Amino acid sequence: MMSCKGLGGEGSAAAAAALPHVLAVDDSSVDRAVISGILRSSKFRVTAVDSGKRALELLGSVCVIFLNLNLLLPFRLCASVLHVLPITFVLGLQEANVSMIITDYWMPEMTGYELLKKVKESSKLKGIPVVIMSSENVPTRITRCMEEGAEDFLLKPVQPSDVSRLCNRVLR
Amino acid sequence: MAAVALKNQLNAHIASMFAAGFLDKQFQELQMLQDDGSSPGFVSEVVGLFIDDAEKITGLIAGLLDQPVVDFDKVDALVHQLKGSSASVGAQRVKLSCEQFHSYYEAKNRDGCVMALALLRNEFYDSRSKFQTMFQLEQQIEACS
Repeated sequence: MMSCKGLGGEGSAAAAAALPHVLAVDDSSVDRAVISGILRSSKFRVTAVDSGKRALELLGSVCVIFLNLNLLLPFRLCASVLHVLPITFVLGLQEANVSMIITDYWMPEMTGYELLKKVKESSKLKGIPVVIMSSENVPTRITRCMEEGAEDFLLKPVQPSDVSRLCNRVLR
Repeated sequence: MAAVALKNQLNAHIASMFAAGFLDKQFQELQMLQDDGSSPGFVSEVVGLFIDDAEKITGLIAGLLDQPVVDFDKVDALVHQLKGSSASVGAQRVKLSCEQFHSYYEAKNRDGCVMALALLRNEFYDSRSKFQTMFQLEQQIEACS
């Protein structure tokens, strides 16, 4: 089941939409919690996912439809419908309205670099700033990410001051 | 009055954790984030996730070292993951023992890794126990107010 905490319910949608929405991507549950906490304390809306694949699904807004379907169908049927339903046939897509993506570099299956590339290759998504986080200070890695269009590269452990400096520059 | 005494006890406990190297600056950063009021329960949430993660990872490493042929790459990936999460919460002693593990992995030395895991587990259990005391005190303070 996808984690879509940031999208909010009917009532709070209008108020929530005013806050910048940051998509955090990290396979570590600890790091997801830390980055979410840091972002939320700076009054951002945060959605945290555990893989590049889930990030791309959210950016493609399949999540919104999942929430809508859930009201009509029992969970198991809903999940199997989603597997069969091609994204192109999903009607009423809304933008997940992500203002910034912050992603870990080292993740299984899809690295943060690969996610960055996919975002920058998409005409719909390429305007979204992407920040890479890594526990390793590898200059060639940093250069490669910046050349691919990353907004910034943060060394882990990420601290509140790193993030507020970054967000002030990128989002306000 | 009880709350004041408990708060003093908590502060002394945390100070001793810093002094003994259980915690580093990162923990302080997370604490400040919680203290500024916008994220109650943040530290216990994050530390709780770290404890779960460390329990799972040390178990997986033990399992891998038990195999007839040890997959050292997997062991390294797990140690790397634990090093990352311990660094993110400021659990310094656990982080340092992950760093020490690395030289045994490098040598593809099973016995060395088994010993390094035992050391890592000790540091983790000590840290976990200190964190648990911290949270118990916090809960008692909460109950007073």
